[in-house]
Amino acid sequence: MMIVIVPVFIMAALFTWRYRGTNRNARYMPNLAYYWPAEILIWGVPAGIIFWLSFHLWDGTHRLDPYKALDPGVPPLQVEAVAQDWKWLFIYPEQNIAVVNELVFPAGRPLALRITSDTVMNSFIIPALGGQIYAMAGMQTRLHLLADGPGEFWGRNVQYSGRGFADQKFRAVATATTDEFEVWVAKVRASPQTLDASAYDQLAKPSVKVPVTYYSGVESDLFDKIIAKWREGGVSHHHRVTETEHAR
Amino acid sequence: MFGRLTIEALPFYSAIAAGGAAITVLGALAVIGLITYLRAWRLVLFEWVSSLDHKKIGIMYVVLALVMLMRGFIDAAMMRSQQAIAFRSEGYLPAEHFDQIFTSHGTIMIFFMAMPFLSGLINHIMPQQIGARDVAFPFMNAISLWLTAAGAGLVLISLVIGKFSTAGWSGYPPYSGIEYNPGVGVDYWLWAVLIAGVGSTMSGINFLVTILKRRAPGMHLFRMPLFTWTVLVTSILMIFAFPALTVACALLALDRTFGTHFFTNAMGGNMMHYINLFWLWGHPEVYILILPAFGVFSEVVATFSQKRLFGYTSLVLATMAIGILSFTVWLHHFFTMGSSADVNSFFGIMTTIIAVPTGESIRLATNDVSRPDHLQTADALHDWFPRHFRYRRPFRSAAGATPRRLCDA
Repeated sequence: MMIVIVPVFIMAALFTWRYRGTNRNARYMPNLAYYWPAEILIWGVPAGIIFWLSFHLWDGTHRLDPYKALDPGVPPLQVEAVAQDWKWLFIYPEQNIAVVNELVFPAGRPLALRITSDTVMNSFIIPALGGQIYAMAGMQTRLHLLADGPGEFWGRNVQYSGRGFADQKFRAVATATTDEFEVWVAKVRASPQTLDASAYDQLAKPSVKVPVTYYSGVESDLFDKIIAKWREGGVSHHHRVTETEHAR
Repeated sequence: MFGRLTIEALPFYSAIAAGGAAITVLGALAVIGLITYLRAWRLVLFEWVSSLDHKKIGIMYVVLALVMLMRGFIDAAMMRSQQAIAFRSEGYLPAEHFDQIFTSHGTIMIFFMAMPFLSGLINHIMPQQIGARDVAFPFMNAISLWLTAAGAGLVLISLVIGKFSTAGWSGYPPYSGIEYNPGVGVDYWLWAVLIAGVGSTMSGINFLVTILKRRAPGMHLFRMPLFTWTVLVTSILMIFAFPALTVACALLALDRTFGTHFFTNAMGGNMMHYINLFWLWGHPEVYILILPAFGVFSEVVATFSQKRLFGYTSLVLATMAIGILSFTVWLHHFFTMGSSADVNSFFGIMTTIIAVPTGESIRLATNDVSRPDHLQTADALHDWFPRHFRYRRPFRSAAGATPRRLCDA
């Protein structure tokens, strides 16, 4: 980009000074309106840059497609993320656990996310690990992430979604070892709370600044049921925002 | 008689909102009072408000833009001060009030500041540049102005009665749908944008027909000043892009008012269609706003450099290319929606390609200075310092040169 910007800036300043009204040494050519070398330069250089960029763009977009599994050799950790007003629910189908506002996974192992929303459109992002992807009700989007090393990152919804949007954040933790991850899973499994259908309905109601919550068991196929709810001609769910909740 | 409208709609819930409403009402009263004091009602109503003169309509557009710019500026100042104060504290604006302000700021700056300002400039300059007595449809021109003003009026009224939308200037459903936003705010936003959008579509038709049919004898297309060329392309963009916005907003209004399910979560609705339609307008809108500004730069730089515009044909071609390409890039506003890599790559490449003619427009303007010539601005400065008065070329007042040159064409 500097190839383009720097010469333009220098030329703009230099020529404005050089061809100022009082400089008698500068040539004055009022009828010069066409000069083919300049035309070739002005169209040719950017066209060349774009031609070169297009190849990289096509290649990069395909290589970094968020839907594409990162390392086909390693089975990824499956996590299902559900956007709610105004929090994130993470379901671990293989471990049969669920967590609110905390996403823990081992570093070095790819993370395969299925994402949906049980409310308005949200956008899921952990900036330290990758780009954002929308979460939409009745639909599933996918995102593959990988933490190279252990660390603690922040993630959040970046699509404006109402009153509690500002606090709709979660903690993402990449553990150093698989054992550490298993220890965390055991901790979640020790929770007395389980996420059955009625507990889910309770959770899905609008709430702000929800603390990290662990569920030791999850209603079977909960993620698919959340999507299906909106697909089957869906009756409006009872936890919709009402007028009173929206008044300040 | 008043339906859902009750005393609750007045903004007594917060001192800041009430203050904003008071300023709006007092401002309106002050204008009415001033007109009465100056006994200028006849002048205002018969010489200006009912005028079909393209120059007066142009000036009224610009006045509207400046009034709305003040409102937009106050919004911006409120948002920035909230952000400065609210670091690890609540700040002085509750969340929902802040949300209304950022929505009204975005809406005002695009629809009721930038658009009227450009429409005003085009109205005033373009017919003169091509030697037309007026635009092709003067009455429709007045309708366009007053539709835009009506939209702006709705945004201002929302400050006093009810609340404004909290859904941002792009109003994405389902958040802007009736389920999640049952109040009047989104309706204010929808109707303001719908009404102003119809006005803009009509402006586009008016400008295009004026350029194609009302040129003075001998004013061939390739003799037109560059500003008029950019207006031609902008008009085409307005005619093709604004209906997409009008349709998106109309469907959302149907969702909200009659319970249809175009963009809802359930019952087969799909918010992705709204986002596509919105940006199918939204990206060309970027060029609707920027192209006439490029035109202004080309005219001003060439005029003040006292030379012919460099690369006229190239600039015309670049402007036309932007016009076409601007309809092929809208998806880059939502690469994050989960389209396939092929689709994302296509729109990514188109987005880089449109940079070529856009860069062309900007670079040629620079190039114009860069071609050997003399900057008239330097002359103008010397006008105020008479001891440097000796010149090889006749002196010209820079201030007088611009409008004269623009009209000469």
